[in-house]
Amino acid sequence: MSYLEYNVKYVPSGLRKVLYLNWSLVLLLTAVASVGFLMLFSVAGGKMDPWAMAQMKRFALGMFLMFVIAMVPIWFWRNMAGLGYLISLVLLVLVEVIGSVGMGAQRWIDLGFMRLQPSELMKITLVMMLAAYYDWLDVKKVSRPLWVLLPVILIMLPTFLVLRQPDLGTSILLVTGGGVIMFLAGVSLWYFAAVIASGVGLVTSVFMSRGTDWQLLKDYQFRRIDTFLDPSSDPLGAGYHITQSKIALGSGGWTGRGFMQGTQSRLNFLPEKHTDFIFTTLAEEFGFLGGVSLLTLYVLILAFCAISAFQNKDRFSSLLILGVAVTFFLFFAVNMSMVMGLAPVVGVPLPMVSYGGSAMLVLLVGFGLVQSAHVHRARQK
Amino acid sequence: MKRSPADTEASARKITRRGLLLGGLQVSFAAMLVGRMRYMQVEQADEYRDLAEENRVKFSLIPPARGLIHDRNGVLIAGNEQNYRIVMVREDAGDPEAVLTRLRKIVWIDDADVRRALDEMRRRSPFVPVTVADRIAWEDVAEVAVNAPALPGVTAEVGLSRLYPRANDFAHVIGYVGPVSDYDLSKLVDPDPLLQIPRFQIGKSGVEAKMELDLRGSAGTREVEVNAVGREMRELGREEGRAGDNIQLTVDADLQAYVQARLAGESAAAVVMDTVTGDVLAIGSAPTFDPNKFVRGISSKDYNTLINDIYRPLAAKPAQGTYPPGSTFKMVTALAALEDGVIDLNETIRCNGHVEVHSRRFHCWKRAGHGPVDLAKSLRESCDIYYYEIAQRVGIEKISAMARKLGLGERHDLPLSAVAQGLIPTKAWKREARGADWVVGDSLNAGIGQGFVLASPLQLTVMTARLATGQAIHPRLVRSVNGVETPVRNDGPLDISTSHLEAIRQGMYEVVNARRGTAGRSKIVGDDMRMAGKTGTSQVRNITTAERARGVFRNEDLPWERRDHALFVGYAPHDNPRYAVTVVVEHGGGGSKAAAPIARDVMLQAAYQGQPPLEAYPSNQRGTIRSRQRDIEEMLEMPHAEREKAAEGRA
Repeated sequence: MSYLEYNVKYVPSGLRKVLYLNWSLVLLLTAVASVGFLMLFSVAGGKMDPWAMAQMKRFALGMFLMFVIAMVPIWFWRNMAGLGYLISLVLLVLVEVIGSVGMGAQRWIDLGFMRLQPSELMKITLVMMLAAYYDWLDVKKVSRPLWVLLPVILIMLPTFLVLRQPDLGTSILLVTGGGVIMFLAGVSLWYFAAVIASGVGLVTSVFMSRGTDWQLLKDYQFRRIDTFLDPSSDPLGAGYHITQSKIALGSGGWTGRGFMQGTQSRLNFLPEKHTDFIFTTLAEEFGFLGGVSLLTLYVLILAFCAISAFQNKDRFSSLLILGVAVTFFLFFAVNMSMVMGLAPVVGVPLPMVSYGGSAMLVLLVGFGLVQSAHVHRARQK
Repeated sequence: MKRSPADTEASARKITRRGLLLGGLQVSFAAMLVGRMRYMQVEQADEYRDLAEENRVKFSLIPPARGLIHDRNGVLIAGNEQNYRIVMVREDAGDPEAVLTRLRKIVWIDDADVRRALDEMRRRSPFVPVTVADRIAWEDVAEVAVNAPALPGVTAEVGLSRLYPRANDFAHVIGYVGPVSDYDLSKLVDPDPLLQIPRFQIGKSGVEAKMELDLRGSAGTREVEVNAVGREMRELGREEGRAGDNIQLTVDADLQAYVQARLAGESAAAVVMDTVTGDVLAIGSAPTFDPNKFVRGISSKDYNTLINDIYRPLAAKPAQGTYPPGSTFKMVTALAALEDGVIDLNETIRCNGHVEVHSRRFHCWKRAGHGPVDLAKSLRESCDIYYYEIAQRVGIEKISAMARKLGLGERHDLPLSAVAQGLIPTKAWKREARGADWVVGDSLNAGIGQGFVLASPLQLTVMTARLATGQAIHPRLVRSVNGVETPVRNDGPLDISTSHLEAIRQGMYEVVNARRGTAGRSKIVGDDMRMAGKTGTSQVRNITTAERARGVFRNEDLPWERRDHALFVGYAPHDNPRYAVTVVVEHGGGGSKAAAPIARDVMLQAAYQGQPPLEAYPSNQRGTIRSRQRDIEEMLEMPHAEREKAAEGRA
């Protein structure tokens, strides 16, 4: 579709665009972020510092970015997809070279005013790239081997770089997110069967590499997998995160201990209580009902995205919206599985709730694109 | 690029179809998460709550102050001393080794302690205080405080530890405390959690061990909220423990000190008992040792010195040591014969110096013989032939029964380590223990307190008190526990005829006060404090016929460990008995020479509750006595560690 095609139908322009924003989505995102503020306030022992206030500022910045991006026509973003992907890829290579070492893994570039995490950026630019690719590709060619290989390379290139950092969580997100876009774009299901088979093969080879010179994962990642499989084996060592997280979560009960009454998270039993494990604080203080409420908010966000995508006849737009939604889903699905002891501890934050700049900004940029697609979709006059 | 509307429609439909499928998967995954949450938070909630409580709350014990031990007059014998120790917290110290090096310039800490402390700091969490030096002088504590800026993480703490102000005097009575050992724990069925506290000390011997449960008290608890790494966040509750019960002994600390000083230089035991109440007023054992050394951790050098000493300083001789009572047993044999009617109060038996029984010759200590001997003379001059004769007549069973009636062969219930039962033989005992029949020779030996008969100084004291009063009095060492008086135990009059007892007492009076009495040189002058008693010299070896042919060795010519034990039992005043005394000097030679003088000094010291006037001694002995009194006064002013050396020096 071209600009002309859009023009055939009605597309709002100027300040009228604000009226056509998906306000439900804005409201839901704000609600989720507010849950985050509340929890950060709680884990800090009832203080705005050091986390809640900083998080609010970042949220404000992110919302501003989202609105700016939403105002820019979606076809502009489609044209930017290739460039964005390229920039992200270059930055990923750069962290290999000049990235500072944090937590034993090279993950960010220090820009002075903020730390840029290219792997976070890549989560969105990859989605854009793939959506643009399938928008450009003739629908009939979608399942031809060459045209399947190309997006696979597009996915594997950043995944390989991220895995080298090493950041297992992001790698999983990139591969799964990319794969889902290919699935939505209509790639033959046989390919997925083949990919799953080779995935199994990869997992096997990863485990086979253990202890050899060409070890594909760091020792701590292997240990995390070990303790995931049997957390009780080392309750005070590597299995500590999972065990403590389950205790905090489980002790919440139906309605929780009450706001600011959580003992486990406040008393430092929980590692990274303000980042990856913040859901346990919520579950401990607000119990089952609190957890389900947050999950409901997440599912509603997904639902509004899906509706928006299905209403949109533009291929790039719907793929982009669903891609962002899937990335968002993967964030909370992996994080919650992790804290509930269903998945290994891989270091994926709870979207819009966990403390951390990059992830929240990138998600809001992603939702900015979703809003742009929503605003600029072709409407019957 | 142009695309047909049909294509677009088809592709949009495909995206919608696959999107819905994906949405369905997502919703099912969310539902699965809800299910998992429900399982953990609703079904397993209680279990996780328990785990969470365990995580959160830690109990720690507050050790109680150990009960104090006082003497009968309220003098402190075992107390608790505040001691300073230096503790170090690794995370505050930064570099523990550098800080320790600086600390060692101020406080002397030996290499082993430094290694132990560093090791402990490495093993434990960084915020746990580790003791670096214990029992630090106050000056050193002050020095550490002044240098605090250079010593991050180093602080001085105050704790309680056991102190025995009377040091060596009560080593065998009070015993000592020490850290809980695995052996101690293995003996207990349900150990007190207190015992798990590092450095907690429990009684190891004597009253400290036997009355451990009274003295220990109960632990207080402190409930603290801790975080994941065990750091204390805040105190949730505190319950003070109960301090141990205070114990008051019947012992008189000053008399005890005197007894120890008087016995110093010998391997000996002495017991002073109140004949009316059974209160043990002094229970001395020489040589002795400093129990404080054990509390602080005795060096192996000091310990080996104690272990290798042939005088056995660690043995609690008065209650644990058993000796053949020798002639001090003769009252038992005499009473048994009198009560049985096999001999009459005035009957005489002729002593030729020896008697032949079943072609075996039994000798009297006086080779020339005593001539005709009646009961009074037999006691006064300690004739053996008289007792050989009456022992044969009355038989061992009646002698044993009398011995038991008088408190021999009985394990007296005192809270001391290893209270000995002694041995009062019977025919059945010999058959069982030795697998042989009782022969008449055994009765003869038993009749003069030799052979199988064994008694502890404590038992002999009880015997003496019972003879003196005619009452079945029992000894008492603990006067009160936590202010509650321990009852005096007196089982009432002994079932012995008064006239017989009187005859025995008369004989014992003559032992000390008659011209030819064996303890005549140890008599007390003055009508109100006459002493009655009995000497004993017990052989620790058999004298062979060959030896006899050559003439019996004089004790002085024998090596120390083969010399006779010297014994004396006595009571005073003879007409209104109040104090019973036993003195046993191991391998001391004759009872009259080695034991009786000590017994008299101790008796007078007890009666006068301090140094007796010289008038209590016969005039011709006063010079010697005065110089001995001065020696002991001097000795009592010395620190305990030097007293025994001083005594040895004099000897």
